[in-house]
Amino acid sequence: MSLIHEIDYGTPASRSETMVTLTIDGREVTVPEGTSIMRAAMDAGIEVPKLCASDMMDAFGSCRLCLVEIKGRGGMPASCTTPVAPGLEVSTQTPRLKDVRRGVMELYISDHPLDCLTCAANGDCELQDMAGAVGLRDVRYGYEGDNHVKARNNGDINAKWLPKDESNPYFTYDPAKCIVCSRCVRACEEVQGTFALTIGGRGFDSRVSAGMAEDFMSSECVSCGACVQACPTATLTEKSVIEIGQPEHSVVTTCAYCGVGCSFKAEMRGEELVRMVPWKDGQANRGHSCVKGRFAYGYSTHKDRILNPMIREKISDPWREVTWEEAYAHVAAEFRRIQYQYGRDSVGGITSSRCTNEETYLVQKLVRAGFRNNNVDTCARVCHSPTGYGLGQAFGTSAGTQNFDSVEFTDVAVIIGANPTDGHPVFASRLKKRLREGAKLIVIDPRRTDIVRSPHIEASYHLPLQPGTNVAILTSLAHVIVTEGLANEAFIRERCDWSEYEDWASFVAEPYHSPEATEAYTGVPADLVRGAARLFATGGNGAIYYGLGVTEHSQGSTTVMAIANLAMVTGNIGRPGVGVNPLRGQNNVQGSCDMGSFPHELPGYRHVSDDATRETFEKLWGVEISNEPGLRIPNMLDAAVDGTFKGIYIQGEDILQSDPDTKHVANGLAAMECVVVHDLFLNETANYAHVFLPGSTFLEKDGTFTNAERRINRVRKVMTPKNGYADWEVTQKLAQAMGMNWNYRHPSEIMDEIAATTPSFALVSYDYLEKMGSVQWPCNEKHPEGSPIMHVDGFVRGKGKFIRTEYVATDERTGPRFPLLLTTGRILSQYNVGAQTRRTDNVVWHAEDRLEIHPHDAEQRGIRDGDWIRLASRAGETTLRSLITDRVAPGVVYTTFHHPTTQANVITTDFSDWATNCPEYKVTAVQVMPSNGPSDWQQDYDEQARQSRRIAGKLEAAE
Amino acid sequence: MNIHQPRGDVSGRTLAIIEELKGLEGPLLPIFHEIQHEFGYVPQDCLPVIARELNLSRAEVYGVFSFYHDFREHPAGRHVLKLCRAEACQSMGGDQLAERAKHLLGIDFHETTPDGAVTLEPVYCLGLCSCAPSAMFDGEVHARVDAGDLDALVAEARR
Repeated sequence: MSLIHEIDYGTPASRSETMVTLTIDGREVTVPEGTSIMRAAMDAGIEVPKLCASDMMDAFGSCRLCLVEIKGRGGMPASCTTPVAPGLEVSTQTPRLKDVRRGVMELYISDHPLDCLTCAANGDCELQDMAGAVGLRDVRYGYEGDNHVKARNNGDINAKWLPKDESNPYFTYDPAKCIVCSRCVRACEEVQGTFALTIGGRGFDSRVSAGMAEDFMSSECVSCGACVQACPTATLTEKSVIEIGQPEHSVVTTCAYCGVGCSFKAEMRGEELVRMVPWKDGQANRGHSCVKGRFAYGYSTHKDRILNPMIREKISDPWREVTWEEAYAHVAAEFRRIQYQYGRDSVGGITSSRCTNEETYLVQKLVRAGFRNNNVDTCARVCHSPTGYGLGQAFGTSAGTQNFDSVEFTDVAVIIGANPTDGHPVFASRLKKRLREGAKLIVIDPRRTDIVRSPHIEASYHLPLQPGTNVAILTSLAHVIVTEGLANEAFIRERCDWSEYEDWASFVAEPYHSPEATEAYTGVPADLVRGAARLFATGGNGAIYYGLGVTEHSQGSTTVMAIANLAMVTGNIGRPGVGVNPLRGQNNVQGSCDMGSFPHELPGYRHVSDDATRETFEKLWGVEISNEPGLRIPNMLDAAVDGTFKGIYIQGEDILQSDPDTKHVANGLAAMECVVVHDLFLNETANYAHVFLPGSTFLEKDGTFTNAERRINRVRKVMTPKNGYADWEVTQKLAQAMGMNWNYRHPSEIMDEIAATTPSFALVSYDYLEKMGSVQWPCNEKHPEGSPIMHVDGFVRGKGKFIRTEYVATDERTGPRFPLLLTTGRILSQYNVGAQTRRTDNVVWHAEDRLEIHPHDAEQRGIRDGDWIRLASRAGETTLRSLITDRVAPGVVYTTFHHPTTQANVITTDFSDWATNCPEYKVTAVQVMPSNGPSDWQQDYDEQARQSRRIAGKLEAAE
Repeated sequence: MNIHQPRGDVSGRTLAIIEELKGLEGPLLPIFHEIQHEFGYVPQDCLPVIARELNLSRAEVYGVFSFYHDFREHPAGRHVLKLCRAEACQSMGGDQLAERAKHLLGIDFHETTPDGAVTLEPVYCLGLCSCAPSAMFDGEVHARVDAGDLDALVAEARR
């Protein structure tokens, strides 16, 4: 094992198909037109010295080190900014070039500290490398005089010297080591798209400046790490590298946060993780990252991690540490007892969208083959279950239609109910890049998110609808497209069922769907809706991206269908740049759905009532599988309250915090006799658990995650599990204790079983993934290289299905007692229930949930910014502090749900999607009023949580 | 031009100036010029406002602002004396002239006399090399400046 060194070609690849042949140092090279000489040289294995160039960014031409000579042309052009031309004869090393380069390096080094031996970048410094490459032996200019290096010049204060900026928790900025190559500034602009950095001043005074010469934390910086990655010196350095030293080997793996599924190099020293660096060959992220994946991995070694199994008789008892064998035996005995006593259907399991495909597969197998029922569900229930249902109905597959690269070909992007700059930051950066190139944007969201307007991007249309009126708006958009004759009839006739289209078209053309009619309750001016519809229908490649603002509604599935209708009516399916793209929330929520985590579906979305599918598994597993769909999470809880559901195995999900109507969840869990929680931490659900099985992190196991673009990415073990076992091993041991004959020696054997039983995974194996890097399912005989884009030659279900989407207002309505609508969302630095990110330094950006409220609503209630307020709904009440902003419209309030003390889900109701039971998180009628502090429920809860986290013989585990 | 505007007026006037000029191609420099004309300097509070209105980042606006020495972060004195420090003027006695000016005013470059009368600044070439050394006093250029001329300029400024 060694450190993976990626080749830096110096400038981005050209997309041209015209090839050009030239000679570099006597070698003939053929490259696409528009390629720089620098890149062409690297293609031929000739490394031209460089400092300011990187293939992540456009050429800049400032360091003057990459000069070359071209026969017949005067001077010494920079190879990064000079494109290739046919027949050029280029020399990269001549005596003249050597002299010039050495002279340039002397100037750089004359204003750079000479502390290489003690420098954090020692061994990973391009300045050092270049000094070596040009043969620098002496600096004729000396080190005296004006400089940025020394705090004092001969005893006098040196005004040009600036101290280190250590404000960011993850990296430092040391201006003394900066060579002002502008790579960080350009990375922030071109790769991340935040524009938080600039060069302040001019000439010798030029300095990299965050914001207006602020420290990094006060600036616009979002801590994505692109600048740190771009820096050729130790100026921007990860604090972990400063602390630990340079890594000695690296392993490519996949981030375990959101559904973008970024590939990272885990750079290691022994079993110690030094840093995570985004991998340029990662096909989802193309070498970019966000603050979570890049830096927020500290939870994996956090002191709160529970490393020994624990048992207790009653949830009011303190925990008792036991051996793994004892824990397995206890769970097996309890589940057997419960099934004997209350019937086969009285137990179930929940799979985790945070765990690997293999682990998820095993949990559903344990339920189906071990518990012998179909009582298995997953957290997708509360997020994208409507996507599965809606897209399945319309197109025939339950997944997004595109890869992320597709955005590079999009002309009009529509974002509905998603906040990509916070929730899916790496995708947002790729989208913003495309927007800066001229693509148009339509945002449908109650809140003015950052993607609506931020430096250099601005949505052409922002439709700030009332929460809960998605279907009305989307049907109105369709109304405009159909009635104004903008439908793509050729596409519809060829790809879709024409009679269904005609029925649907006559439905949407009804006058009561017109923007003028829906304006009354959506709150969106009709001309905005008309403008947006025309732009989407006529603006070229139209792509729809959506998130939980679509699905977490009582009409979530209907909205997904309405999105599918819009894509079909405009012909935006089946090629790059278009499509319907659910932005999946979790690293493996796509995968957990694929693996048969739903109570009605076996792996590959095949219904349990399908005899042929059942037979496949029955033959392999040697048991009979029930043909009756099992219980969904809310049904399990209902059944628990009713006394018919008594035992549950929950892997890697905190349903108490993430599921709606917290009190109902708590009552359900409290009514069970054996709750087994398998997790990294004593999460909120564990307050109601009888058995705790310690989990392992993504760094501690092998497996695969499937991201939002259906891409199956390898997860690789980089360290030994602190708890001793990867999660799949624990599930296997549990199954063995229950008498099942499982003997998987490695997750690859589980994947082989998946491939053997699931047609869309037929060709997937670890060997194949090793060879391909990653593949997008379906990956089978028909699509041996996977399927970056789906429905290319026709829909999977045959003809695309147009479905009528009648708007039905949710039962959750505002009234005199609850006049405001609450909607919820996420923030960049925190992740979902925060179990991981709250245990990292990310808390410096977001230490508590705040309630966003419009100045008008705040003033009416006498609320000032930062005041404690009481937030009450029909379901319950909580308190948190206010944040006054016009991001939300009057009548709408918004909060995040990252902190357990906030208990945002005490407020949310148990209304849910009509088709899938996905909870209606995004609409709750509430009242807001000033308050003095935490509510009784919060105080009781805190006390109960504290009590329930006691471990016998140990000090209280701190949350 | 050295009028101190009350603080409250800054953002209102800035917004009006931005509104008037933002239709231009590349409106940032004209906006800076207008703001400096209005207030005598570019109050740093204007920068975030400009950034927001032009949909740029604060960093970008600061980067442009700080690149140009003639945009001031603080108000100047009632008069501004610039002495050319470029090569031709240096060879014609510019150094001595600079020392004399500093001595007469009791300040260094980039500083303003305590009474607010004069700000002294270096400038790198006024394009008058053929009649060096040169200076600029309140926007008016002076050539072949000798000690007497300098004393007269300083005296006028002090009046």
